[in-house]
Amino acid sequence: MTSHSTTGSSLVKRGLADMLRGGVIMDVVNPEQARIAEDAGAVAVMALERVPSDIRRDGGVARMSDPQMIQEIQAAVTIPVMAKARIGHFAEAQILQALDVDYIDESEVLTPADEENHIDKRSFTVPFVCGATNLGEALRRIGEGACLIRSKGEAGTGNVVEAVRHLRTIHAQMRRLASADSAELFALAKDLQAPLPLVQEVAETGQLPVPLFCAGGISTPADAALVMQLGAQAVFVGSGIFKSDDPILMAKAIVEATTHYLDPSVVARVSTGLGAAMKGFETSTLEVRLAERGW
Amino acid sequence: MKRVGVLALQGDVREHASALAGCGTEVVYVRTPSDLAGLDGIVIPGGESTTIAYLLGTSGLRSSLTGALTDGLPVLGTCAGLIMLSSTMVGGREDQWSFGLLDITVQRNGYGRQIASFETPIEVEGVGVVPGVFIRAPRITQWGDVQVLATYDRGDGVHPVLVRHGSAWGCSFHPELTTNLGVHELFTSSF
Repeated sequence: MTSHSTTGSSLVKRGLADMLRGGVIMDVVNPEQARIAEDAGAVAVMALERVPSDIRRDGGVARMSDPQMIQEIQAAVTIPVMAKARIGHFAEAQILQALDVDYIDESEVLTPADEENHIDKRSFTVPFVCGATNLGEALRRIGEGACLIRSKGEAGTGNVVEAVRHLRTIHAQMRRLASADSAELFALAKDLQAPLPLVQEVAETGQLPVPLFCAGGISTPADAALVMQLGAQAVFVGSGIFKSDDPILMAKAIVEATTHYLDPSVVARVSTGLGAAMKGFETSTLEVRLAERGW
Repeated sequence: MKRVGVLALQGDVREHASALAGCGTEVVYVRTPSDLAGLDGIVIPGGESTTIAYLLGTSGLRSSLTGALTDGLPVLGTCAGLIMLSSTMVGGREDQWSFGLLDITVQRNGYGRQIASFETPIEVEGVGVVPGVFIRAPRITQWGDVQVLATYDRGDGVHPVLVRHGSAWGCSFHPELTTNLGVHELFTSSF
């Protein structure tokens, strides 16, 4: 007998994020890179036309990728394929859902389409990941239906400093909520500009209602081990792999470091002989701060 | 107290650990061969099977865990863990390997991509109805000498979703994502 079933429930949408924990999600721009990522043990790939460092270099408007390129990557690998939509661009998200992508990243790396509103993600069957720089931003995105939060970091810089700032901020703000009494939560919700029920939930559980991953500037195995110890549950690596000297070696090394982040001897071994990581930028010299996009 | 390991290379390790703790067992996170010492059972969690297979190789666990499982260490695999216990895989990578303890053919993502992931009640023999959460789940398309403990019909034929052969148990869905301990209790009470 066929019994009643439900698709697109929050448990099912969040569940895929749970399956990605402890893993590395790699930005890829073509099927060859996608296969390298899968060979190296990536848990998922993010299909996009240009990695963030190239978007940063080229300027102009960055949009959703060509559907053909996404489909070629879906055909090339067996792991989940994610793709990016512009902030607020629900039509791009509808297209990505129609393409059967496994996760949509409503991403500040692309040029925002709406400077006030994000996508109402609750109405989609496919789950969404969104970036956040602090707890209020994370809870606003969760309120809109995001099933996975990643620290924004500063994409395309190869500099982990902003990711560290965002992770530390989110965790510090969660600790503050956990130590507050119930009367204080109303004012704290106002300060965070976050929905009160979610603020109360974090205060009670001490953690986000969805998984917290890290993105933005991770470019070495040591960076991965750092952010995992700071409480990230998985890492996104954008430009850091395919802008390094030896992408295959770098991809494998970051995968192993993410799993064995508590064992410095493993991280030391995989860090040895990797060649140069991506060159990167000092964030104080940047003209465009992607992390400031999103509201 | 029984000591049960959770393979902690990648995936939803934490959920299995809390389900096992809820069954009154001591939980050990298994990341290296030495973590296998003194275990009464082990769980291979949900996650990405290609990633778990890769990390089993790099961590040195592939050969030591193969030895322990061949010697009869009880094992429960859910989703990716089911794939790792199967004898034949289709729809995956040509070079993917598995422990081959369950005489089944699994089709990776056999119920579809994420958009087709679903929840449904599942009747488990000896337990009753449990919530079944299927996420990019593997489908058991052929089966030989295994005991079928639960089935599901997605509208295109009845397929096993929980099977057992001796000390090896494999599950298409994720009992660890719910608060129902039925499947974990069934497994941990078998040894």
